[in-house]
Amino acid sequence: MNIKILGSGCSNCRILERRTMKAVEALKIDARIEKVTDFQKIASYGIMRTPGLVIDEKVAISGSVPTVDKIQELLIAHRSA
Amino acid sequence: MKKLIEQHPISTTVILLILWIALYIALQPLADAVISLTWLVPGEHLTEALRFFVFEVPKVLLLLTLVVFAVGIVRTYFSPERTRTLLGGKSLFVGNVLASVLGIVTPFCSCSAIPLFIGFVEAGVPLGVTFSFLIAAPMINEIAVVLLFGLFGWQTALLYVSTGLLIAITAGYVIGRLKVECFVEDWVYQIHSNTAEMEEIIPSFRDRIQSGFEAVKEIVAKVWPFLLVGIGVGAGIHGYVPENFMASLMGKSVWWSVPVAVLIGVPLYSNAAGIIPIVHALLEKGASLGTTLAFMMAVIGLSLPETIILRKVLKMPLIFIFVGVVATGIIMVGYVFNVVY
Repeated sequence: MNIKILGSGCSNCRILERRTMKAVEALKIDARIEKVTDFQKIASYGIMRTPGLVIDEKVAISGSVPTVDKIQELLIAHRSA
Repeated sequence: MKKLIEQHPISTTVILLILWIALYIALQPLADAVISLTWLVPGEHLTEALRFFVFEVPKVLLLLTLVVFAVGIVRTYFSPERTRTLLGGKSLFVGNVLASVLGIVTPFCSCSAIPLFIGFVEAGVPLGVTFSFLIAAPMINEIAVVLLFGLFGWQTALLYVSTGLLIAITAGYVIGRLKVECFVEDWVYQIHSNTAEMEEIIPSFRDRIQSGFEAVKEIVAKVWPFLLVGIGVGAGIHGYVPENFMASLMGKSVWWSVPVAVLIGVPLYSNAAGIIPIVHALLEKGASLGTTLAFMMAVIGLSLPETIILRKVLKMPLIFIFVGVVATGIIMVGYVFNVVY
């Protein structure tokens, strides 16, 4: 699984990154977490609010920092889809 | 607490609201009791300074929590995506008015300024209209309005909102008229994102209440340090700057005070919570309303970090036009208030 955190390095992006790592660890998923800080790339995903969470090139969340539980839900939903 | 909110959001909200009202009513007698415990004489300078800390500050914090909660709920009904749809294809003037008003209610953080700018431009929102939004969103925020209301009354709060809107509308309109599209970085126009893929999830009322609580948590955590520093500086001015000292520097008879206040205010960065206790102290020492308002708008509305971020999508001339037009608007507002009051 490929996970991207979109954001220019604001505090919310760092929180999202930390929580995503926790969620991935808890579920023991084999995933690569990438940080995308380039605005050009961020914009190409069509999001208007950072931070954004992208799972396998699909935007899962933008503009908010979900809880670890919520991220786990998203990951599970994506895996079974 | 967290569990309670999750399981019974509505009843928890009602109980907290009742607690809030009780606390708000009890604040005045509580503050009086605290002051009567000291040896301080009512009406004296130091007593009034203490009253500011034990009454005004908690009062403003209480108001802040309530309004942030309400705004947190209101904002779930708006999103940048929806605002963009509303603004697309609007004519210049109507678009500027709409964008400025939407700037107040649409969730916005200056770290999202770039994706938002690109999203607007890409969707065909005119540049001038986009600027109206970018000016109104940081300048007119709920924290500024609550603090002004709590410390100076509703007239001042209303004054701030209406002049802020006026600046956002006219500055955006002027920028739109200048035809500066060529000063936007070229790559912005080349992005073609796949916006269609995102589906909008409509939250339930429970979710909205949840967002209200989250907003309170987030804002209170963010505002604390600013508020403390602001109150500290405010108290310093309060205690050490002689009475009417500011009248000679920031009074209305000093014609250059407004532009200088704006020049000092632009590079300074603080959020509304930090600047308002300072504003309170300045006014007390004889600074005029127009000059102080201009200073405050320059600090909150035009910030160096945000301008630096915008440089990624705007070429230098447009950065100067943006800062110049907004600063001119703020200076004009300052002068008008100095003349009227």
